[in-house]
Amino acid sequence: MPETLTKFIFGRLTWESLPLHEPIVVGTFIVVALGGLALLGAVTYFKLWGYLWREWFTSVDHKKIGIMYMVLGLVMLLRGFSDAIMMRLQQAIAFNGSEGYLNAHHYDQIFTAHGVIMIFFVAMPFVTGLMNFVVPLQIGARDVSFPFLNNFSFWMTVGGAILVMASLFVGEFARTGWLAYPPLSGINYSPDVGVDYYIWALQVAGVGTTLSGINLICTIIKMRAPGMTMMRMPVFTWTSLCTNVLIVASFPVLTAVLTLLALDRYVGTNFFTNDFGGNPMMYVNLIWIWGHPEVYILILPLFGVFSEVTSTFSGKRLFGYTSMVYATVVITILSYLVWLHHFFTMGSGASVNSFFGITTMIISIPTGAKIFNWLFTMYRGRIRFELPMMWTVAFMLTFVVGGMTGVLLAVPPADFVLHNSLFLIAHFHNVIIGGVLFGLFAGIAYWWPKAFGFKLDPFWGKVSFWCWVLGFWFAFMPLYILGLMGVTRRMRVFDDPSLQIWFVIAGFGAALIACGIAAFLVQIFVSIRKRAELVDVTGDPWGGRTLEWSTSSPPPAYNFAFTPVIRDNDAWWDMKKAGYRRPLSGFRPIHMPSNTGTGVILAALSVALGFGLIWYMWWLAALSFVCLIATAIGHTFNYHRDFDIPAAEVAQTEEARTKLLAAQGASA
Amino acid sequence: MKRSGVLLLFPLAVLLSGCDFVVLAPAGDVAVQQRDLLVISTLLMLLIIVPVMALTVFFAWRYRQSSTKAPYTPDWDHSTKLELVIWAAPLLIIICLGALTWLGTHLLDPYRRIDRIEAGQPVTQGHKPLRVEVVALDWKWLFIYPDYGIASVNELAAPVNQPIDFRITSSTVMNSFYVPALAGQIYAMPGMETKLHAVINRPGTYTGFSANYSGAGFSGMRFAFHGLSDQAFGEWVTQSKSAQATLSRETYLALERPSENEPVRHYASVDPDLYGAILNLCVERGKMCMNEMMSIDAKGGLGLAGVRNTLPLQYDKLARRGAVFGNDPSYVASICTAEEAAAAARAARNDDDSGWPLRDLSPLRGVGLLAPGAGSRRADAGAPSLGLLRFDL
Amino acid sequence: MALTTITADAEPVFHLEEEHAHAEGGSTMLGFWLYLMSDCLIFAMLFAAFGVLGGNYAAGPAPKDLFDLGLVAVNTTMLLLSSITYGFAMLTMDKGRVGATQGWLAVTMLFGLAFLSIELYEFAHMIREGATPQRSAFLSSFFTLVGTHGLHVTFGIVWMVTLMVQVARYGLIKANRRRLMCLSMFWHFLDVVWIGVFTFVYLMGMLR
Repeated sequence: MPETLTKFIFGRLTWESLPLHEPIVVGTFIVVALGGLALLGAVTYFKLWGYLWREWFTSVDHKKIGIMYMVLGLVMLLRGFSDAIMMRLQQAIAFNGSEGYLNAHHYDQIFTAHGVIMIFFVAMPFVTGLMNFVVPLQIGARDVSFPFLNNFSFWMTVGGAILVMASLFVGEFARTGWLAYPPLSGINYSPDVGVDYYIWALQVAGVGTTLSGINLICTIIKMRAPGMTMMRMPVFTWTSLCTNVLIVASFPVLTAVLTLLALDRYVGTNFFTNDFGGNPMMYVNLIWIWGHPEVYILILPLFGVFSEVTSTFSGKRLFGYTSMVYATVVITILSYLVWLHHFFTMGSGASVNSFFGITTMIISIPTGAKIFNWLFTMYRGRIRFELPMMWTVAFMLTFVVGGMTGVLLAVPPADFVLHNSLFLIAHFHNVIIGGVLFGLFAGIAYWWPKAFGFKLDPFWGKVSFWCWVLGFWFAFMPLYILGLMGVTRRMRVFDDPSLQIWFVIAGFGAALIACGIAAFLVQIFVSIRKRAELVDVTGDPWGGRTLEWSTSSPPPAYNFAFTPVIRDNDAWWDMKKAGYRRPLSGFRPIHMPSNTGTGVILAALSVALGFGLIWYMWWLAALSFVCLIATAIGHTFNYHRDFDIPAAEVAQTEEARTKLLAAQGASA
Repeated sequence: MKRSGVLLLFPLAVLLSGCDFVVLAPAGDVAVQQRDLLVISTLLMLLIIVPVMALTVFFAWRYRQSSTKAPYTPDWDHSTKLELVIWAAPLLIIICLGALTWLGTHLLDPYRRIDRIEAGQPVTQGHKPLRVEVVALDWKWLFIYPDYGIASVNELAAPVNQPIDFRITSSTVMNSFYVPALAGQIYAMPGMETKLHAVINRPGTYTGFSANYSGAGFSGMRFAFHGLSDQAFGEWVTQSKSAQATLSRETYLALERPSENEPVRHYASVDPDLYGAILNLCVERGKMCMNEMMSIDAKGGLGLAGVRNTLPLQYDKLARRGAVFGNDPSYVASICTAEEAAAAARAARNDDDSGWPLRDLSPLRGVGLLAPGAGSRRADAGAPSLGLLRFDL
Repeated sequence: MALTTITADAEPVFHLEEEHAHAEGGSTMLGFWLYLMSDCLIFAMLFAAFGVLGGNYAAGPAPKDLFDLGLVAVNTTMLLLSSITYGFAMLTMDKGRVGATQGWLAVTMLFGLAFLSIELYEFAHMIREGATPQRSAFLSSFFTLVGTHGLHVTFGIVWMVTLMVQVARYGLIKANRRRLMCLSMFWHFLDVVWIGVFTFVYLMGMLR
């Protein structure tokens, strides 16, 4: 009887599920636990819980949510990168009969977790965070269309991240590769909790991503300041719009396909099984119908960042705004017509393969046009090589190589010899690090002063920059070479000793990147320490061109005391030229949404639901599901979700800024 | 500066010279053609990549803030001519590359029989292909030679300059069959068959492996591929025939169980119906074969009577467990005996093989494409294809 | 672009003196519409799965052996009628008649419940016959597609009850009207999806 009771309460969770016999995991757990306790202790000691809860966790302010997304991305970057370092180390030493230091059980989890975390919990939060912070400011809005939904989306993403992190210490993660192809991910070949963690983490985070996509589309369509026509939107806003269209049109596919996989695993249906008429290859098709647009979801906003940065730091209007916009739209549409290039080797036949190969190549035309547009924005400019611009130039030099190898892989017969090889790995890291990550660092350096009112320290920024760029080339050029030597991905041990040197070089590159990440953290720390030196009171430290630079840094909760009127696509540049003067009187009350804790509660319940489903704790799943529905319904009974900032308070805030600007003017 | 640059490159050159760039220097004609396509595509793209990189560096240097002599036009943001160039230049390259891709993809379609042994040496009636049936197991490779009635595990051999027809499947999960020196890879999928046509031109021992992650023993899923002279291949066959073991359904079921880093094994004889049974996932007796099931389904299933035609799984290589809310692991019971099913499968396969000798050996033609000078569509052009091409080559 | 040079004659307007009021809930309809489209994609995937797997009976029963078109026709009628009655609810809402709106909503809900009951009866009958979702890929995709639609209807009914309570408590205020509008879109959307299910799954299934 007690055994049935234990089984009822804990499902399949037993003492054996905790990896107490794994020294690496236990060590990691101790470090994480100590670090976490120290953090919690510090928050308690400084009595910050109330502050955090009121001002951040429950905040519906798009700026704060954006910043929280960035923090999530950074924390998860550390986790995802630890996985990368572990893989590099394993591959550098597992030669000459050595098994390395990771067994298959671990190694296979690590590369799966690395992929999942880097895409879903590093790149996505970074990109979403950037869009969340910048887009409303760029279009002259006070917040997004659905502020509560924004908070909820963020916490759902956190919920997914929590489930992935939990898998490290409770049970295990999937050992299937980051897309979990069946039949390997089916219940027959992966009966443990790993794939279930994968499914529910992505489902929980996926809800957040889809909703945030809907939210930002509405914001961009409906909330633009008067005068800002579609063709006067800043390029970053355009690329964000396209990205969010892609999100809304592709994440449901992921939700559906993971649901089918979950049904196979939980109910025993036969969508992707070998027997009973199932079709595993349908999964591969469906998941890439989501997966390919996902690539563009990640890169498009960063194209926007590069456009903003190039034009600002060249002191010039962006060259070819219209063709830039059309290029973005064309990429958006074409990204749905290329998914099959991820599995040319399935044997779809020559005509199908060449169709998808050629559509893939066609995408390189608008992408190439974009590169040229940035190039000719620099042409006859006055380029200031501040950090964001350095990242941009590094991106242009790195990304074209990745683009070239990408087109190469789109030639089906070439793909037959390079598919799944380390060449492929080098290619997509080339575009994701060289494109997405470099762009994020450019964006962070660019908008940091807007978010916090002081610039980032340039010295440590440059250290981080050079470590990253050199580290990237050292880490991934050897992989291109190894790919040409016919070395495939996801290998744990090697038998050809002549390969080892290349893995050692790649490992060295990874170590350099580690220095780059460390330098980035130091940069943030140093900048906070030296914030008085690095301070910017103008709100426009770079000679910006778009609306976000017209308000103070950090912007007030309401962003703009008066809704701006737009006459040009470089709105702020135009205002400065036309002799804009800040309004000093006539303030009116501003209508703003109120904070709410519902998002946190709903996401916490979703995590509990996911955990219950993963471990077969049906009571927990049922209970949290009922609570989830009840809380959501309860929330709809609250009709008073907004308030007015009194005119006096607005006046006070603006007055303070006037004084600051005056003091700055006097000292200068 | 220049000299030190060369000096810096020197260690790199040493490193690179020590490597075996098998993808760039393969030993099989198909892989050679794929390599050529790779190189040509790269050169084509370098036409635009190199100028872009050079211009990036040049503009970044020329228009830096401190260079006050450089012109500065803050409001210049449009030039129709330039826009035309920046869209047209990539477009032209992609047109070339697209044409190359279309041709290359059809020409090097792994399902298409090869039409040349190597450059300048077309396949003739004398080149009867060696048939090899490949099965990806957890985690080893099984190769069956139906022409010789032998089989081997983790070792593949073929005579040089003779076309090889691979038929590839998998017993459990997806793998990818790849011998870089021979030809590009193709997936091995359970219950499905892929084909690969290739030829090896130089004798030697090459590495083959699975290029698609398939679980714990994936790293050890490697095999040696021997390109042998006709005589050496004959000896290899004889040697295999003198092996002790034979491969029947029962021994296969034992072999099929998951194991890692398997040594090379040879089987002196093979149950001729085994591959068909593996492909149709019905090596276990009493289990309904996929082809049988599909023909029943095509006729509308077995009706409500068929609903209970399942049996609990007795034998299970993975000690698998059903889904928590599902049934216990089970399978669809066959309505004919294994021998009947095998006979049916044999009949189906024989139809398929009637294609040899080749119908048409003229070069530069792929599935769905017209043969040079052919006035009418190919006999099999009715098969589904995009049918976009309607020109004579 | 157009406004590269600024005419200096009049003092340019840089901002609105009056609050540029985005009407409360002004984006809700667009947002909800986008949500529906994303939901539509989920159904599209389930339809695609059914399209691929719909003929894989695994030597088991086919649609002909399982479906009772008469029952499905009754079922379809229930859902179509519920859409009409929801339309009446919206019309009375526009006239501001709380009681009538509530009445029509209740009728809609009854039709919805009837639809669900018939569907559940159909499922139970099939499962009793042994045609479970596990029996074949065809049945898996059938149960998932139709079941997902059924879950949506269930959710719609829960939502409707919630809204009826809210209308009873707070009247037909603007926020409630907006919510009723959203549920209306949701309900009609489910109707459209069902027409697809009825055509592609049931009618064409019988023709297979």
